[in-house]
Amino acid sequence: MRLNINGRDLEVPDSVGERRLITFLREDLDLTGAKNACDIGACGACTILVDDEPLKICIKRVKDVAGRRVLTIEGMAAPDGTLHPLQRAFVECGAIQCGFCTPGMVLVAHAFLLRQPHATRDEIRKAMNGNLCRCTGYQQIIDAIEQAAVHYRSAPAHAVPS
Amino acid sequence: MKAEHEKGWRNDAHAKVTGRTKYTDDLKFARLLHAAPVYSGFVHARITRIVTEDAERAPGVVRVLTAKDVPGANRFGQIIRDYRIFADDKIRYNGDVVAMVVAETRDLAIRASDLVRVEAEPLPAVLDPEEALKPDAVLVHESHGSNVVNTHRIRRGDIDEGFRQADFVVEEHFRTQCVEHAYMEPEVAVSAPRADGVIEVCGSMQHPFSTRRFVAACLGVPLSGVEVLGTPMGGGFGGKDDTAAVVCARTALAARILGQPVKLMYRRDWSIRESYKRHPYRVDYKMGVARDGRITAVKCRILADGGAYCSVTPWVTWRSTVQCCGPYVVENVHCDTLGVYTNNVVAGAMRGFGSPQMNFVVEQMVEIAAGRLGITGVEFRRRNMVRQGSVTITGQRLGSHKVAMGEVLDAVLRETAYEEKLARCSRGRSDGDELYGVGLAMSYRGVSLGAEGVDFCAAVINVQTDGSILLEVGVHENGQGAESAMSLIAAEELGVSVDRIRYRRASTSTVPDSGTTVASRGTIMGGGAVTLAARELKRRIAEAVCGRLQCLAGAVRFEGGEILDPTGHRRISFDEAICLMFATQHFPHVVGVFRAPRVTWDEHTGQGDAYFTWVYGCQAVELSVNKKTGRVRLLGAVAAHDVGRAVNREMVRGQFFGGMAMATGYALHEEIRTKDGRITNLNLNSYRIPRAMDLPEMKAIIVENRDPNSPSGAKALGEPTNEILAPAIANAVFHATGKREFSLPIRLSAAPEEPPEEECRL
Repeated sequence: MRLNINGRDLEVPDSVGERRLITFLREDLDLTGAKNACDIGACGACTILVDDEPLKICIKRVKDVAGRRVLTIEGMAAPDGTLHPLQRAFVECGAIQCGFCTPGMVLVAHAFLLRQPHATRDEIRKAMNGNLCRCTGYQQIIDAIEQAAVHYRSAPAHAVPS
Repeated sequence: MKAEHEKGWRNDAHAKVTGRTKYTDDLKFARLLHAAPVYSGFVHARITRIVTEDAERAPGVVRVLTAKDVPGANRFGQIIRDYRIFADDKIRYNGDVVAMVVAETRDLAIRASDLVRVEAEPLPAVLDPEEALKPDAVLVHESHGSNVVNTHRIRRGDIDEGFRQADFVVEEHFRTQCVEHAYMEPEVAVSAPRADGVIEVCGSMQHPFSTRRFVAACLGVPLSGVEVLGTPMGGGFGGKDDTAAVVCARTALAARILGQPVKLMYRRDWSIRESYKRHPYRVDYKMGVARDGRITAVKCRILADGGAYCSVTPWVTWRSTVQCCGPYVVENVHCDTLGVYTNNVVAGAMRGFGSPQMNFVVEQMVEIAAGRLGITGVEFRRRNMVRQGSVTITGQRLGSHKVAMGEVLDAVLRETAYEEKLARCSRGRSDGDELYGVGLAMSYRGVSLGAEGVDFCAAVINVQTDGSILLEVGVHENGQGAESAMSLIAAEELGVSVDRIRYRRASTSTVPDSGTTVASRGTIMGGGAVTLAARELKRRIAEAVCGRLQCLAGAVRFEGGEILDPTGHRRISFDEAICLMFATQHFPHVVGVFRAPRVTWDEHTGQGDAYFTWVYGCQAVELSVNKKTGRVRLLGAVAAHDVGRAVNREMVRGQFFGGMAMATGYALHEEIRTKDGRITNLNLNSYRIPRAMDLPEMKAIIVENRDPNSPSGAKALGEPTNEILAPAIANAVFHATGKREFSLPIRLSAAPEEPPEEECRL
């Protein structure tokens, strides 16, 4: 079974396909950015992007993403560690507190801005409604996404990591 | 001088936004074993036997632990030692853990946990706090002699005379609900035995030192035999105290017995079932008011449901008692407060710590009284609120700091154009389906622990030979940005760039026990210690360099990474100065200790200087209520808080918004529901915390009056932001509908039961 994770192709035995995707990412690949927080797809802390669409993976298996393009939070920044403009906006706007929801928030926002770089504040708020945060009240998360949207409008190609 | 740093700077932001931060569950250990707790179906029962044999024989199971495996103390508590590592004699609530399965994988541990059988004799459960007080009530703790955990009282002035002076009396009854912290990261801990015999503990907890006390007591080893390492945590809000400590202790016990690292990672349903909650309150409140708008008397009775164990109920209810009249001057007060045991889920610390409940009461009472007088709530508040030099209901003169009650109130009124909006409120009448309302609430809040306990904190600044700085402080990073605030305070005081400072995550073995990071005390206490440490370091550096600068040591300045003489002509770089210190055999290593100024308390009269300083806040909200559905929609919210000094503005704003969001949930959405003592909403699909679309655009007004009691000038913010939006919403709902809401959460009669989650895509 072929997987593509953060731009890297990966061949795994078919038997791996039945494993929980979040466990596979966290334990086998040490991609621990996706968090276990509810186990039922209610909170969004485990969100990754699959073909640029958000997926809550605590309720998914490895085979569910076979042959598709997976992006986890670890794949957002440039290989040299330079933050993606969206990540930079999260930092600058104070959108990060405990950080447990942050990977999911960044990825959902990224997928949304790829689709709708001209989104209004209300549309951004709606797009983030499936991801829970207990620290920030979402205000600065929405500020960050609004701030980063400029970048998606001007350089959409760069907004997609290679 | 303000330290230069990027907007939004946090020392941990880069790691968090790239997903590289390692929380406890992300850490890797060789030969790691996994544990799962075992609950019983009982709510109140006397344990006769715990049958573990079937579980022990299950695949992958290494060991099943119960109370009889605890070598040290099985019972602990910060006030009364009634909380168990494992239930030993009785099950007192449905979240009591009777055993723990340790297995090769988490799944196997969970599977085997179903095979542990608890044989017990069921007892009648006491689930209502009023019932718990009756003379014939079932006792939760027989040895305690009654279900009363604690009482507090205030006796000020002459209550009868106060009511005689009143021209009218307002009397109402209020109820608040049980709510969950709902930190995004559930409880988790890993313990590992070290070759030197020390047990190392990592976990999601906001108090490494009290965790160490509980772990050491459980294992029967000295404090030096346990090292608790501060670990990045996914939220606490007061909730990662007792329960988190017991989770740590269970893993430490298993690690010690098995000689291998053991992890216990909670599922959300276990977390909600077992972890302590915010106390549900019942408050009977009677206020006497004179025609001139003066509050002449307050008589109140506060009843807090503490659940099955004491936890910090006496401290929570103490704050409620001290602040039972809100930020108002009342000469005659009679307050009786009771914390009681029941067989409900344990109640303990949660952001606000006894104030959200009382503010919900007081901030509606003042508006009811104002309505009777025919004046606005704002006018009524102005006539009664504390001012510079006022004396509080516990006899404390507010003179040591700027009393900013009027300042924050004015700021909110200005920003919202409140009076104008108030005139537009629907008061039950509108042409369309939507009713419009605006409301506000305000509070003052005693900072830090007050007379609850000993309050001091240490910071260690250790400058290296190249001038780079290691900083350690006895406060814990709960996600709020404490490490960043401490670093910024140090940088500013030393006149160096914050890039020079590396915050060392605290270990209980390297920094003095500075208490728990609770009570919004992190910035004021930790920051105080950092400031004092930095000042001492500067004194020592000045002594070392004053010869070179040809001036008195007391006259040198620290600016821009340099040390200057008073004229600014002669200067030496910070790095050179440090070289000079090492060359002259002086370590640039200092320990700063901030001791909170003295507080006093007389338990009999409820009088004393309860807190060494106070903060002031005001919040307003605009909303609409749909006449047909009863749905409340928030349209905007504004908050003003005096923070003393904003150390990190974006983080300060984050505290505002997060506190207001959590208070919105308290007001409108959240409630732990139970059936016969068992919690029924055990996950985040049914326990509904606010989502992005539940919240309005929020505005933060940061008011800064440096506090002379705080070496850094900064005060407190985490809890004040969380304690007044619920009454503001209640007042706005009243202005919209014309009807008062006396219970939380506010559910308007037309509103259907909470609809099922649409977002939950299973």
